[in-house]
Amino acid sequence: MKTIKEKHSFLMRWTHWVNFPVLAVMIWSGLFIYWANDAYGVSIFGFTLIKFFPEWFYNYFHIPQRLAEGMAFHFLFMWFFFINGLLYILYTIFSGAWRELLPNKHSFKEAWLVLLHDLHIRKTAPPQKKYNAAQRIAYTFIIVMGFGSVVTGLAIYKPVQFYWITWLCGGYDFARILHFALTIGYVIFFMIHIVQVVLAGWNNFRAVVAGFEVVEEKPILEPDQVITIAKTDEEDGNK
Amino acid sequence: METNKEKVKVPLTVEQKIRRRSFISFGAFFALGGTAVAGWKWLLDAPEETPGITAGARAPLRRALNKTELFFRNFFSNNHLVKTYPKERAAKTVRVNSLIGIEDDENFDMANWKLIVKRNNQKNLLIGIEEIKALPKTEIIYDFKCVEGWDQIQHWGGVKISDFLTHYQLQDQSKMQYMGLETPNGAYYVGLEKDSVLHPQTLLAYEMNGKPISLEHGAPLRLIVPVKYGIKNLKRIGIMNFSNSRPKDYWAEQGYDYYSGL
Repeated sequence: MKTIKEKHSFLMRWTHWVNFPVLAVMIWSGLFIYWANDAYGVSIFGFTLIKFFPEWFYNYFHIPQRLAEGMAFHFLFMWFFFINGLLYILYTIFSGAWRELLPNKHSFKEAWLVLLHDLHIRKTAPPQKKYNAAQRIAYTFIIVMGFGSVVTGLAIYKPVQFYWITWLCGGYDFARILHFALTIGYVIFFMIHIVQVVLAGWNNFRAVVAGFEVVEEKPILEPDQVITIAKTDEEDGNK
Repeated sequence: METNKEKVKVPLTVEQKIRRRSFISFGAFFALGGTAVAGWKWLLDAPEETPGITAGARAPLRRALNKTELFFRNFFSNNHLVKTYPKERAAKTVRVNSLIGIEDDENFDMANWKLIVKRNNQKNLLIGIEEIKALPKTEIIYDFKCVEGWDQIQHWGGVKISDFLTHYQLQDQSKMQYMGLETPNGAYYVGLEKDSVLHPQTLLAYEMNGKPISLEHGAPLRLIVPVKYGIKNLKRIGIMNFSNSRPKDYWAEQGYDYYSGL
């Protein structure tokens, strides 16, 4: 028998979907800014493996010569990024939802099993609540990254007034590198996230829009008596 | 509800509930998504601001820049100093990024250069470089930051603007909200709010790496204002004036933030 099981709160869904376009604008305008001093790349023994970014990339996305425009967008949308992120963090703290989000002592071991399962190396996945162990780590880490973007952003935005933030970030140059690296991190996160969402299927996706999941529950005893053996969050002993 | 004569409430089946909630949620999702797209298009297509002291930015983005300036100016303090470095860390080859107001001035006569200080209701003050060099010298080795994103540790020497203003009894002028600086040919110009002008690390510089500044770095006298991006660090100062409204600013007319404070 199908039943509706509540999964994601309204605020979690709201902040998730607000963050998506806001972060996209931040990355887009950030590219305009980065272009003006595109100093980064990955090289081994003097051999350049990756250059951030090749000319064709800039031209394809119409990046060149738009620094002023990029800064104007960046310094408006930073507010939305910050406020939206703050809203999610405050909600997660005060609603107690952090209990389902933060990794616990089993998460790191279990995340390995989740990975093996996702790669079809292992048949079974460890039991989970709202998020599995790998998700707990990934979704907590992405929030830490968001916090990191705000902090490193402030470090390069106001390095004199917030000199102590710049100092905490390892100086102006290192803060800019971190700010850039975090952005690359978002892009990698996004690509894995999309693949996982597609693999997880409709029920999972719908939950992030509509808030609920549909679960199959086996009725026991008399069919008209709705007593179920499905685990709810409260019953689960996993602390 | 007024048509609801008989209250026959058939409970919704699970399937109906799923359909209903999905319909409402996805309806709201696409409505909000559409609103967001419309809002984004509005911003992208927003008209450019009316050219004035600032220009070249979309009007709503300029408003946001100005509001953001007001917010971050709350954190400004003359006790917040730019980090300084030992002399050995200063770059030997100092980067030249722009020569506006210098390369386009063929009539510039270094020998007869005088700083022109415009005073309200008073005669202009004309000050020669030797007079300025006679004032107490302040040196700074700090990380110069360009709006483009590069930075370089540089060594500058000159007179603190606050010392300069006191010496020439320009206290009345310095009470005004802004200082404007221009190159002698007027091709490059910046505006600075009072706080940044009076910051203890803001210099009228005539030395770089212990030697007189070269032409391309702004000889004979240039501005070094570590609490601002390089675009505000005007080379070859010709005219100094004071006002209570924003003086014109070269890069603010090109879409950049007027404040550009660090």
